[in-house]
Amino acid sequence: MTEKVLMKGNEAIAEAAILAGCRHYFGYPITPQTEVAAYMAKKMPKIGGTFLQAESEIAAINMVYGVASTGKPAMTSSSSPGISLKCEGISYLAGADLPALIVNVQRGGPGLGGIQPSQSDYFLATRGPGHGDFHVLVFAPASVQEMADLTGKALHLAWKYRMPAMLLADGTMGQMMEPVALPEPHEAFGTDNPWATTGTLMAREHNIVNSLELAPEVLEQKNLARFERYAQAEAEECLWEEYLMDDAEICIVSYGITARISRNAIVQARKEGIRVGMIRPITLWPFPNEPLKAAADKVDSFLVVELNMGQMKEDVELAIRCRKPVDFCGRVGGMIPTPDEVLDHIHALAEGRR
Amino acid sequence: MDHKRLTLFAGHYGSGKTNIALNWACWLRAQGLPITVADLDIVNPYFRTKDAEGMLAEQGIDLIVSAFANSNVDAPAMPKEVYGLVDGRDSYGVLDIGGDDRGALALGRYVPSIIAEDDYEMLFVANAARPLTRTVDDALEVFYEIQNACRLPFTGIVNNTNLGPETTAGTVLASVPYAEGLARATGLPIKMTTVEKRLVTELDGRVENLFGLSILELYYMEKRGV
Repeated sequence: MTEKVLMKGNEAIAEAAILAGCRHYFGYPITPQTEVAAYMAKKMPKIGGTFLQAESEIAAINMVYGVASTGKPAMTSSSSPGISLKCEGISYLAGADLPALIVNVQRGGPGLGGIQPSQSDYFLATRGPGHGDFHVLVFAPASVQEMADLTGKALHLAWKYRMPAMLLADGTMGQMMEPVALPEPHEAFGTDNPWATTGTLMAREHNIVNSLELAPEVLEQKNLARFERYAQAEAEECLWEEYLMDDAEICIVSYGITARISRNAIVQARKEGIRVGMIRPITLWPFPNEPLKAAADKVDSFLVVELNMGQMKEDVELAIRCRKPVDFCGRVGGMIPTPDEVLDHIHALAEGRR
Repeated sequence: MDHKRLTLFAGHYGSGKTNIALNWACWLRAQGLPITVADLDIVNPYFRTKDAEGMLAEQGIDLIVSAFANSNVDAPAMPKEVYGLVDGRDSYGVLDIGGDDRGALALGRYVPSIIAEDDYEMLFVANAARPLTRTVDDALEVFYEIQNACRLPFTGIVNNTNLGPETTAGTVLASVPYAEGLARATGLPIKMTTVEKRLVTELDGRVENLFGLSILELYYMEKRGV
């Protein structure tokens, strides 16, 4: 049959996680990510894996903690309100230095909000979703193909750095269908994990995986050691894509679904002779500070495009140390800007420059 | 192509049911028939027949759709007007059923009346490029899950094998053994092989019951600029 398959973003996440070696999925249904769970429910029993619909999002994330403690890859998925519930569990995973994949197919908020797409969990994802000093790796795919590719990458980097990773998509990305070349199955991983409860291979007393530490001196050291790993991840794992930046005078910064809309606006603006390009962060943590800093030397202004009230705008201003003006174009509540709306902002910036 | 008073499209989610239902409705309307499209999808939050509301109105096609479709509410409610279409028998009906057995469950309440009238075509839409219906066996699993959930026997197969914008004539031709396998295993005819309009000339005479799809905006998302 055909090499490629036609998949919804949510299905691509599920299949890619299986191909990457994940055999444990715990979840609770919520629109617009339910296809991840539905796919897992169909597929996992056929390949000897575990699909379990938990009694709540909180239960699901703690099941992920349990499996991760044994050194096996585990994941959960939800949408914005459900991710709020998982935050306690994510903090415990971070505190116990456990790897895990958390998928967030965002919808409009705050509160119960609505079921239409949004990117308003940017702060939640990039500031460490939960209490305490920690980060999670955050990936922002902009195509169904990238949803498949980044799911595997997120699982493996979570293992490498022993930290939770979040795939941050939105409802449109989750529901839209595109042709996908699925990645090759990855050989089993997670077999040699000296930190796991099973890590001593019964040769000596078992490990205890816990986020509780009674001695403040020791807890401080654990935090410091954790941040050394974060520094390494920041130095080595940052991903971004540049589009028509060589001669750009305006730099759009956008990720996920809004990067696709921005790209269409850029194509139109270029036809009109406006020199505009884009830096698309693929990882939101670590954030591509360096390419933005370099761009600030060349461009006149930045335009951040997001489905929120301007959350990443703050990170762009920080990255460029506010050396150039940063404009913002966004819609919220489940609304999506058209390429023309982005183009209007580009026009305004281009005219302001003249 | 022959047709009954009611045509129902069911299948795996993402198999192309909504798009084919809209195209089929327009084709029937072009024969001068009074047409009503009923959206019975209770599982899909986005990309609904409601997206095509304006286009259908222009062609004089009535649309029955949940008041909550494309809203911020996820309420799987069925409009009362569906009974009017099924029991009233004044109009030709095209029914877009939700994906998989879960989607087909909502059809169950109308089935006794549909069977009593016995003027329907219940079509199984299959796409061999969808990961969970790639083989005949996988597709059959979904086929019987749907049939058991709604208790309305299928009467035909629609081969909608495609890779969206990357579909070529070769994609469709390679799926012929798959469609024939499904037909053989179920004892049902291949009612249609559905392809984008741009491929019709190339495939004319090479596949069974070719049906060109001219309305594709729902799955290309171009109108959203995405």
